[in-house]
Amino acid sequence: MLTILFDGIAYGMLLFVLACGLSVTMGLMNFINLSHGVFSMAGGYITAFLINRWGVPFLLCLPLAFLFSAALGMLLERTLYRRLYARSHLDQVLFTIGIVFMSVAAVDYVIGSQQQTVKLPDMLKGRIDILGGSIGLYRVFIIALCGCLAVTIQTLLVKTRFGSQLRAAVDDPRVARGMGINVNTVFAITFAVGSGLAGLGGALGTDILGMDPTFPIKFMIYFLIVVTVGGTSGIMGAFFASLILGIADVGGKYYVPQIGAFIIYALMVVVLIIRPQGLFTRSRGK
Amino acid sequence: MSMTPSAHQTMLDQARWRWSESLFWLLSLAVLFVFPSKALLFSQIAIMGLFALSLDLILGYGGIVSLGHAAFFGLGAYAAGLMAKHGLGDPLLGLAVAACVAAIIGWLTSFLLLRGSDLTRLMVTLGIALMLFELANRMASITGGADGLQGMMVGPVLGLFSFDLFGKTAYLYALSVLFVLFLLARKIVHSTFGLSLRAVKGNALRAGAIGISASSRLVAIYTLSAAFAGIAGALSAQTTQLVSLDVLDFHRSADVMLVLVIGGVGWLYGGIIGAIMFTLMQDWLAGITPQYWEFWIGLVLVCLVLVGHDRIKIAIQSIGTRLSGKGGAA
Repeated sequence: MLTILFDGIAYGMLLFVLACGLSVTMGLMNFINLSHGVFSMAGGYITAFLINRWGVPFLLCLPLAFLFSAALGMLLERTLYRRLYARSHLDQVLFTIGIVFMSVAAVDYVIGSQQQTVKLPDMLKGRIDILGGSIGLYRVFIIALCGCLAVTIQTLLVKTRFGSQLRAAVDDPRVARGMGINVNTVFAITFAVGSGLAGLGGALGTDILGMDPTFPIKFMIYFLIVVTVGGTSGIMGAFFASLILGIADVGGKYYVPQIGAFIIYALMVVVLIIRPQGLFTRSRGK
Repeated sequence: MSMTPSAHQTMLDQARWRWSESLFWLLSLAVLFVFPSKALLFSQIAIMGLFALSLDLILGYGGIVSLGHAAFFGLGAYAAGLMAKHGLGDPLLGLAVAACVAAIIGWLTSFLLLRGSDLTRLMVTLGIALMLFELANRMASITGGADGLQGMMVGPVLGLFSFDLFGKTAYLYALSVLFVLFLLARKIVHSTFGLSLRAVKGNALRAGAIGISASSRLVAIYTLSAAFAGIAGALSAQTTQLVSLDVLDFHRSADVMLVLVIGGVGWLYGGIIGAIMFTLMQDWLAGITPQYWEFWIGLVLVCLVLVGHDRIKIAIQSIGTRLSGKGGAA
């Protein structure tokens, strides 16, 4: 029981790191991006590559995965995504699905369709007993790391100058420009950090979620659920949505395996019926 | 208050049957006799065209971005497939039942789409399709699960024309159903209901101010669209005698959106022309790179958005008017 709860929390935390970048670009900037998983996949693959080919230590791979995905995100934002902010939602959906299809096929072609594996360092293997439940050390590590990240991101968004600039740019880009905020740069940095976090999540999740070329499609729905259920109130909504989703998914698959993933889709539809704007909303400035 | 003659005339002109349209349908019949060996491919195109047409009703005329339209295609396919498996093999009866099943589910779920933003709608449609996929996957005793539904016995159309191996009957059957439903959709979008729907899509608030209820229109068009998609699914099940989980897959929802966008959103030929281009492209690409053709589909999507997907529609429409102009003069 406790083990399942703990696994669910670890899973939820992982989803949060994967999706929190998306909750800013999609929830706040209102840019429908279905290709977020591509950046996670990039992070996961670069980690697997670094560990298996060059023997880079796992803990060093995590920041590298972040940087790689962030750079990729920055590049694509500057060249492609930027043009789509002002386009219709249909255009955004089509464009980002196109990116997903291309990356899935390209990774399949270049690397192959087999599952990637990551060898964890010995210190993260094994289990410990807490309150009568047996818990994997790696999951404790994930919870601790992701918890720290959540606090850091929230502080960055709420307390720092950059956070205020971002919130201003999201609420009203024109006025923000008028106040001397370089909106394009703010969006580019946000997008890069969001992609980087997705990459970090992909690196962390390779062991738990699995990593193969279809990752962006398989987990797209999870990211989208986190964002829509979480609502547009910033990352705290996404945080709680991830936890609920993680616990419901792990618990559902353990207790009622015969209905499988049905439970989370049903949960999402129910939440959206009751609260179409998500669990946490804030009044927009417009 | 009656419409001014000029406005009235414009509306009538839009609804007028053009000479190039007759040519289009005659050509689509003629290809069967020119390339009889490709009949199976043609029937796929007709079915895909009908499916895209159904999506156009909600996307192009209702303004709802749906990522789960395969839900209704799959429902129709399973409805028709199960009937054929259990001895009710009459194709037209299968179509009718598939349409009813899809319409009922469409009607029930349409209420979920009335609230919330584009993103919420996207998620709800996607969520419903995924739920149906999971259901079909889990209820393997009824649907055959991952192995697909086997042992369908489809009877002859109208009791006269039985399905042959080469797909000739299949194509004529699919094309006639497509043509009839196309005429129906054409009638509907040019009726006052269709016009009010366009008003709602243009600006729901203003449409409400002149007494058009957005909710009831969206519910109606979503139900109709679901029924059309269900019929497309049933056609697919009957002509291929096969239903697998693939009919509910996310890929199908994404593909049909691509089909519609290639041909052009918001005009009824868009779906059909898109289906022709998409299926021929798929056939061609799958011949070259069977495994990685998704990549090219993705590339087409990305390029279409960057270039602007209305260009193709405008090009085809201008050819259409030019043809009609010549026809009128001759």
